[in-house]
Amino acid sequence: MLELWQEFTGANIPFLRYAFIIGIFSSISFGIVGTYVVTRRISSIAGAIAHCVLGGIGAALYFRTNYHLMWLQPIYGAIIAALFAALLLGLVSIYAKQREDTVIGAIWAIGMATGLLFIAATPGYVDLHSYLFGNILLTSFNDVIVTLVLGIIVLLPAVVFFNNLLAVCFDNRFAELRGVRVRLIYLMLLAMTALTIVLMVDIVGIIMVIALLTLPPAVAGHFTRRIWSMMFLSAILSVIFTTSGLVASYRLDLPSGPTIVIIAGAGYLLSIIYAKIKSAFI
Amino acid sequence: MDQEMVKTENSDCIICIENLSFSYDSEAPVLSNVNLRFRRLESACIVGPNGGGKSTLLFLILGLLKPSHGKISVFGENPEVARLKIGYMPQHIQLDPDFPISVMEVVLMGRLRQHFWGRYSQQDRTIARDAMAEMSIDKLRDRPFSSLSGGQRQRVLIARALACQPELLLLDEPTANVDPGVQEHFYDMLHKLNQRMSILTVSHDLGFVSENVDSVICVNREIHVHPVSELTGDMVRDMYGYGVNLVQHNYRCSEGSHTHA
Repeated sequence: MLELWQEFTGANIPFLRYAFIIGIFSSISFGIVGTYVVTRRISSIAGAIAHCVLGGIGAALYFRTNYHLMWLQPIYGAIIAALFAALLLGLVSIYAKQREDTVIGAIWAIGMATGLLFIAATPGYVDLHSYLFGNILLTSFNDVIVTLVLGIIVLLPAVVFFNNLLAVCFDNRFAELRGVRVRLIYLMLLAMTALTIVLMVDIVGIIMVIALLTLPPAVAGHFTRRIWSMMFLSAILSVIFTTSGLVASYRLDLPSGPTIVIIAGAGYLLSIIYAKIKSAFI
Repeated sequence: MDQEMVKTENSDCIICIENLSFSYDSEAPVLSNVNLRFRRLESACIVGPNGGGKSTLLFLILGLLKPSHGKISVFGENPEVARLKIGYMPQHIQLDPDFPISVMEVVLMGRLRQHFWGRYSQQDRTIARDAMAEMSIDKLRDRPFSSLSGGQRQRVLIARALACQPELLLLDEPTANVDPGVQEHFYDMLHKLNQRMSILTVSHDLGFVSENVDSVICVNREIHVHPVSELTGDMVRDMYGYGVNLVQHNYRCSEGSHTHA
């Protein structure tokens, strides 16, 4: 452990430090937004948004290489693609509810396809694997700053509009009848979800980020009966899953994304077993 | 002068529907040529077969649907504006039973409108507490909604509707999934509320109808309104389009002979 701490504080591998900071800070947003996603049951929409992120990353890489736009980091493309996908999916789920399922599936695949084509057209070698499954070597100081800024942008509305968000998640129709602008609140929730997903793309990758968004609240749901305590516990669980996953992946020389997700999945399984045993005895 | 006249007339008739028809997309009409006048402090029950248009009528009154033809006004206004004066209680089975929320948080939702940010004031909390006291659920205040029985949930949702300080209470199947013992208490309570607000109920429970409301609104594509005293089995058969077995609810059947829906 001491050895790890020395490596963590050492100057020669800053990416490890960055990964830990990003993981811990994003966990707060993951706990809060993930709880809304799980209680509002929009995991599949969140999944589609995550996969569309590849489209943005691909486009950013393509334009950066072909037009020498060195400032154009992949994460900026990811942010734009995630927000665009959130808006599109939000409008579909508001105005074409009957087709929602089909459209989610289509946007999911089209977003990825767009990214793959852009990456194929980008000259030079692009490590697709890293974007899909996460790679902490990708983290930079710039990503840490972007994570801090995005995290605050997500947390502000989550706190300020807490009662409205709670009402829209619990009983959307009643909230609408009380004059709450439910469509706006719903689109805002999807935008918050989109930005939250981008926070962890470097560490977990776009394919598995959805697990880290939904598993901690799913575990927390077994132990809490109030939404704020569910958020608090989800955030703590998310910190535990990401940090222990990062330590394990570093020590055992495994990819970070799958390691974190397997730990989260094991946590979820244990919580189900606990809930079953509890309900059998009480 | 004229306006004054219109106003008094409207204030007496809180739901006015004229020649209203409604169809989803271009399908066959769910409701056709509906006329209805519902008065202040009246209580009525909407009955009818499944798919006959009960919920559609409810959503038209709440302004969640717009009529294809004809006019509907609530409190003399467009339903979308007037809905703030309505306390709506949905069926609790439409809500996620595991949602992590406390009884107080549910009831406070009735006060949502008051502030743009959705913050609740001390006054909002007092109003919510009064509504809970009226429904005798003050002791459940900090309990999770998910831990309550069906009857308790129903009362929480009525308390939420009362927290809106409504002039009209709209109850969707209030006696569904409620124990018969609790139902009796429930009817008394509705009767008390009816002294100060109009009550419109949707119910498939004909036992509910006969004892507790002034009139019955039978909905099956068309609507017919009957004062309760006139209601006969023939009328019900005409409205439903087929024979309906009227179940006598004050009669206890031998156990296991049948189950109530």
